[in-house]
Amino acid sequence: MANNETAKTNSLMKLVRNQCFIPVAALLLLAVFNLIADPSFFKITLGYNSAGNPVLSGFIIDILNNGSELAILAIGMTLVTAASGGQDISVGAAIAIAGSVVLRVLCGRNARPETLQAPIIVAFLVACVVAMLFGAFNGVLVAYFKIQPMIATLILYTAGRSIAAWINNNELPVISDPSFAYFGNFIPGIPVPTPVFIAIICMVIIGIVLKVTNLRLYTQAVGINQSSSRLNGLNPEMIKVMAFVILGLCVAVVGLIKVSRISSINYSVIAKDIEMDAILAVALGGNALSGGKFNMAASIIGAYVIQCLTTTLYKFGVSSTALPAYKAVVVILLVIVSAPTVREWFSTFTKKMKLSKEVA
Amino acid sequence: MAKTDKNTAPAGNGLKAKLMGMTDTNLLLTITIVVFFLLYIGAMIFLGSGFLKPQTFFNILNANAALIILASGMSLVMITGGIDISVGGVTALVSMCCAVYLDYKGGNVFVAVIIALAIGLAFGAFQGFLVAYLDIQPFIVTLAGMFFARGMTTIVNTSPFNVENEAFVALKNTRVTVPGMGSVNKLGKYVNAYVEIGVIVALLVVIVMFVMLRWAKMGRNFYAVGGNKQSALMLGINVKRTKFLSHLICGLLAGIGGFVYFLHVGSGSPSHATGAEMDAIASSIIGGTMLTGGVGNVAGTFFGVLSLSTIQNIVSSVGFDEAWWTGITKAVMLCLFLVVQSVVMSARKKRNAAN
Repeated sequence: MANNETAKTNSLMKLVRNQCFIPVAALLLLAVFNLIADPSFFKITLGYNSAGNPVLSGFIIDILNNGSELAILAIGMTLVTAASGGQDISVGAAIAIAGSVVLRVLCGRNARPETLQAPIIVAFLVACVVAMLFGAFNGVLVAYFKIQPMIATLILYTAGRSIAAWINNNELPVISDPSFAYFGNFIPGIPVPTPVFIAIICMVIIGIVLKVTNLRLYTQAVGINQSSSRLNGLNPEMIKVMAFVILGLCVAVVGLIKVSRISSINYSVIAKDIEMDAILAVALGGNALSGGKFNMAASIIGAYVIQCLTTTLYKFGVSSTALPAYKAVVVILLVIVSAPTVREWFSTFTKKMKLSKEVA
Repeated sequence: MAKTDKNTAPAGNGLKAKLMGMTDTNLLLTITIVVFFLLYIGAMIFLGSGFLKPQTFFNILNANAALIILASGMSLVMITGGIDISVGGVTALVSMCCAVYLDYKGGNVFVAVIIALAIGLAFGAFQGFLVAYLDIQPFIVTLAGMFFARGMTTIVNTSPFNVENEAFVALKNTRVTVPGMGSVNKLGKYVNAYVEIGVIVALLVVIVMFVMLRWAKMGRNFYAVGGNKQSALMLGINVKRTKFLSHLICGLLAGIGGFVYFLHVGSGSPSHATGAEMDAIASSIIGGTMLTGGVGNVAGTFFGVLSLSTIQNIVSSVGFDEAWWTGITKAVMLCLFLVVQSVVMSARKKRNAAN
């Protein structure tokens, strides 16, 4: 009996120690909270949009839909965090650039064309190249000039939205072609929002890449100890730059989704503060922000936790401008709970409790 | 300014040797000051008119008094090896709270100052506690602080409004004349040069911080902790308390800076001081503070703020006055400084290793 119990507590401890525990627990907590407060949170209805196509709607669909961008970004941000031990704060600005490039290519000279001036895939590829170049710029500053990632990316953070406005001469291009809106909304006949599929594709790709290649091993090696990874024949600088380039790719995908959602762009608002959410997703996933080991799944779950929190708060009538205050409180509670010092206190406290029980 | 002369003086014989002999902090400080004077003198020669008037310089000070205070606090935290990105949010919150208090409640200015300081101290103390005693990453803690402050600002009041409290408006319009710096305006009348009260506060803050960091035991502790935590611990420095203090002081300065900002704009708005934290970080870096900790100087930060806004003035007076050029210029300048710092520091490291 006693043996059984210790085995039970052991497996419980294992579960608690698992990196996915905190984000999954947070997600469950939010779900239970919503279930108690208002079960209609989980209702999913099949309706028809103005074009007569079937669409699913409901808060859960909202979370999956709007969380896609964050989840895709979390992939790149996790790699950058692991390899460089710092965070890229320029992703919001880079998304503005990527979105602006997509629109620029599609619109050509005219800001409001009747038809698309180039195939969407070409526009996307150009945006990919541009975003990866900016990623490489950040990566080179971090890897070769040894500038702290947060500071190096501060450059693009400051300039990004200005560059995005400059690419389109500060005009507001609007695309009237309905096929462009598929990426951010619904493909006719499919009731699930397209961003969900894009996010799943990205997750599958990164999953395969991490399984098949040595990306995980090399990134972690560089993040844990750069000099010893060099002694083992790795090129730490190249790997850091690569992490930033992969983040650039994620940024291009998110940029496409973001501009496709509204078929236009608002330079100062698009993807605002998304860098903070992406970093929080990585932190919530229990990944050390100082680099080293990482858990991709935990980061992605973290991204959906943040989106779930945002949607829940919106549902309770919190205005979008006041939202950050509530988010901050939750974040602070989460980081306090997951802080190593607090966990240590907690475990010594429970040990003491057990001891006193045994004595009694 | 006497300080400046001392640092830029070693020209001519043995310049290189003297530069190499400097500490990292002093070298980066020298670079910043030289760049600022080159920029300003260049603007005077090539752009003339506006930059020749002393009032242009004082206007830069007037507009950036709050940023100077915020950046001083930021430098202190960065010297200790941390970062505080909540200062912009705290500034907005302070100005909103003071505005609401002064306008709706018709309170007096003195209490408003106390409110400002209390908000700043509360943020500093809480964030400092989490960073120093619970060992949570300063970036995440102050990020949450920024979110909280920004959110609270709109909870206090959603729409921007001007404050019409008489005592406050009188204080806001108080101008301190700078003797002997006036100029003749277009109508041929002699106009005195002036600074606002905020500038006096900012200069006091810079002087106090400079003295504290250079000579006080507490100030040296900040450098020790930022430079190498382990050896600081072995020297018997209370690392946790030092970190806590750095955040506490930064919070206090954010409160003061917030009030000075409020005094300059005279209104409360949720969009106030957007991106001020990034401007403060950029100014600190341009002023020679390194994010890795242990290197930096508040005097450098002061010149960093001035350089940043001087170059913006130059760009807009050359004719690139579209909104996006400001962002791009700032970024280019930041990039240049970072690369120069990185190259200089690695060259010194190599040389030191060779010796």
